Amino acid sequence: MMHFLLLFSRQGKLRLQKWFLPLPERERKKIVKDMTTMVLSRKPRTCNFLHWKDLKIVYKRYASLYFCCALENKDNELLALEILHRYVELLDKYFGNVCELDIIFNFEKAYFILDEFLMGGEIQETSKQSIAKSVEASDMLQETMEEYMSKPAF
Amino acid sequence: MTPSVRLQEMIRVIRSARTQGEERGIIQRECADIRAQFRQGDNGERSHSLAKLLYVHMLGYPAHFGQMECVRLIASPRYSEKRIGYLGAMMLLDEKQDASLLITNSIKNDLSHSSQYVQSLALCTLACMGSAEMCRDLAPEIERLLRASNSYIKKKATLCAVHIIKKVPELAELFTPSARTLLSEKNHGVLHGAVVLITELCKRNPDTLDQFRKAVPELVQIMKGLVTSSYSPEHNVAGISDPFLQVRILRLLRILGHNNDTASDAMNDLLAQVATNTDSSKTAGSAVLYETVLTIMDINSESGLRVLAVNILGRFLLNNDRNIRYISMTSLQKIVQTDHNAVQRHRGTIVDCLKDQDTSVKRRALELSLALVSAVNIRSMMKELLIFLSFCPPELRSQTASGIFNAAERYSPSKRWHIDTILHVLTTAGGDVRDETVPNLIQLITTASELHCYTVHKLYRALVKDIAQQSLVQVACWCIGEYGDLLLKGECEEIEPMQVTEDDVLDALETVLQSHMSSPATRGFALTATMKLSTRITDNVDRIRSIVSIYGSCIDLELQQRAVEYNALFKKYDHMRAAVLERMPVMDKNLPGHTNGDTPGEIKEPDTSKPKPVEAGLLSEPASQVCDLLDLLGGTDTPLQPSPAPTSTPTTTSSADLLDLLGGLEPTPELTIPPAPFDLFVLKDKHCCVYVHVVPTVSVYEKNGLSLKIQCDKQTETEVTVSLIASNSTQNDITNFTLQAAVPKSVQLQMKAPSGNVIPAHGLGQVTQTVLLNNPNKASLPCFRFMRIRVSYSNQGAMHQDTVLIDSFPSTACQPSISPL
Repeated sequence: MMHFLLLFSRQGKLRLQKWFLPLPERERKKIVKDMTTMVLSRKPRTCNFLHWKDLKIVYKRYASLYFCCALENKDNELLALEILHRYVELLDKYFGNVCELDIIFNFEKAYFILDEFLMGGEIQETSKQSIAKSVEASDMLQETMEEYMSKPAF
Repeated sequence: MTPSVRLQEMIRVIRSARTQGEERGIIQRECADIRAQFRQGDNGERSHSLAKLLYVHMLGYPAHFGQMECVRLIASPRYSEKRIGYLGAMMLLDEKQDASLLITNSIKNDLSHSSQYVQSLALCTLACMGSAEMCRDLAPEIERLLRASNSYIKKKATLCAVHIIKKVPELAELFTPSARTLLSEKNHGVLHGAVVLITELCKRNPDTLDQFRKAVPELVQIMKGLVTSSYSPEHNVAGISDPFLQVRILRLLRILGHNNDTASDAMNDLLAQVATNTDSSKTAGSAVLYETVLTIMDINSESGLRVLAVNILGRFLLNNDRNIRYISMTSLQKIVQTDHNAVQRHRGTIVDCLKDQDTSVKRRALELSLALVSAVNIRSMMKELLIFLSFCPPELRSQTASGIFNAAERYSPSKRWHIDTILHVLTTAGGDVRDETVPNLIQLITTASELHCYTVHKLYRALVKDIAQQSLVQVACWCIGEYGDLLLKGECEEIEPMQVTEDDVLDALETVLQSHMSSPATRGFALTATMKLSTRITDNVDRIRSIVSIYGSCIDLELQQRAVEYNALFKKYDHMRAAVLERMPVMDKNLPGHTNGDTPGEIKEPDTSKPKPVEAGLLSEPASQVCDLLDLLGGTDTPLQPSPAPTSTPTTTSSADLLDLLGGLEPTPELTIPPAPFDLFVLKDKHCCVYVHVVPTVSVYEKNGLSLKIQCDKQTETEVTVSLIASNSTQNDITNFTLQAAVPKSVQLQMKAPSGNVIPAHGLGQVTQTVLLNNPNKASLPCFRFMRIRVSYSNQGAMHQDTVLIDSFPSTACQPSISPL
């Protein structure tokens, strides 16, 4: 099970945080700080796996964003790399050539997509098309509401 | 998509702030706006404000005033408001907040909503932050959705059920029946969720595990379908069909096949097929192969399959991708004890990885290399390890140094090699070695009496070159003090001759004494060495006397005390000086550990004629440290009956040796330290209780002077460990002593190597053999009570053989009894 998933920039600014375990606010902040320090200090051609406390940390850099997740001991690190990659592909498909700014200005949509892909720290759907379809349908539902209300959603 | 204008506008404004202060100002204004919005009530703008608040929250600012708004929005009939409300709940609320309970009712209603997207919002939120109470309330709903809904909802309900089980384990039974039927679904999402659910159920309850073993053929079918299926664009990742599902199924198979022959047999073919057919050129394939290897290693697979698995790991080691190299080393680490020979084949590659750029890879390679050191390859391995020590990153140095010491201790081909190795480590990484190294090395040097000349020459040269490494300097000073006469003789067979005068030696020691780099302990060593030389040299005794008297007024209390005592030795007790400072006797390694917490490195009194109690060698380090700790607390944990089995390395299977190398060994009966003498300050405390562990031994056989006792060391639900102790009270030694044991079929027997096969006469020694009895099927304990032992030995040239039936073990192992002092 994944314990948390973080996205942060090269300067250490948090762009997305998803927690699959209940942790107090203070501890979350500390973890974010630890992760950013650890991952950002890694040299370019080192392996993508780290050990932190009793968890395995898997991180991957995509352009200017670091995707970082924490796994339990039994989990498969190579598969976690695939999971991160799949999430990036989903974002790419949705936004069309996704970049960091897309995620900054549309963070709530990034969360919605993540919630269709992972749940409770596990994968809920393994088919890209299926996820894309459900997100589209939810957006449609929202838009219908908007048209009805003739106001933008947010 | 209509852009969320106002949210994006705010984000733009915040990002354009040039300083932290400016940003804070903007955020404060916005938060005030948001709060005003919330107070206004329903006007269609609320979701908008909450979204802005969530952004502010992500930047790290407090957002707790939005919690109630989340609750209100979730209850709204509008989908857009629900969507952002649930997102807010997942970000701002967690089970510790009271407000989270308020959404339980909304979730309950939404779970039966007509739109599946609303249902999905509720399920997602419950699986993310549902507390135990919420889970208990909503579990029946979830179970209903598990059974009767479309696949979109089913897959979400399954993962929700997993979360519920984690929070409230008692509810596992509720979901067990449905879990089984879910395996026949075609939808991969549901299938994946079902596998996760079954894995979770099996983890919690061994009965459920048994039940789901029947599903192994079905799982094997599904896997086969995935592996052999033609290209399916929906699930294909780099040529592998749905690697996520494959990995999950392999993981479940691992749990089901563990320790179970039937289940393992059923999966053998499948695992072989996956292992050979999966293309590992991309990460997805490697992930599946990795999981396959882990599964093969963990179940009762046939040896051919295991070899295949190790070969896959070997192939991974040669892969260009660093991640894959790291993974393979982690896996090899797990199996190096059980499949030692197979891993040895890849030793060359592993040693090469020591030179990798990546610290994580280096660390793994180091651990593996240390585990692979054996008597055969010790010289070449040590060469590599010493090279590694010179270039390794600082965080790995102490681990490397202790690993090298352990390996040298265990497998050194000769004493000289051993001493050379330790000296090499001290010169390269003296600062990172543990404190016990100095006394251990000193003890080693005293035992190698033929090498004293060589050693002291080498140490002198090292000392002259560099006095920064404290451990090295301490050992060097001690040796020079002890064997100074050999140093001055000048010639030594194994090393180039170098003329050393008395002045040179005294200069060297004085440099150490005066240098600011020397620690107080080091200076103590140097002072004592100088003093000892007074009996070993002839010309410069006055110089020594003056050095010693200078330190009589030294600020350091330790040095001052010694110097004053030495002065007294010169003045009043000159007649005793020669006797007091004569050569120390060889120190015996098997002496009981010192208990009052002294670091044996410090020589407290100039009373060098008594043998220094040295903590018994490196091997027993963890044990003696345990003893020290427990002594400080006033108790001891060692069995009262010391089995005087030799404390040198037992000739057990290599697995036990490797456990030692990795430093994870707790004192086994074979490595027992005789109980440390209680220290005075423990006895003085009348209120202190001593916990004494009484381990009963029962005599099972007495005939012709040979007696066999049995002692129960450890007893758990499925395992019993006993020791058989044989002793001999006849006039002659008993030779070729062997024990064979037979147990009922349901019990697994493992006999460790005996401590020896010669039992000395007159009860002077004993032979101990440990036997492990394992009853994995947890049949009733009386099963353990039957064991037939055949004893065979030679006495005075005649062969004897006898059988013993043991029908009861001393059942109470380690029963603590409290005796007040």
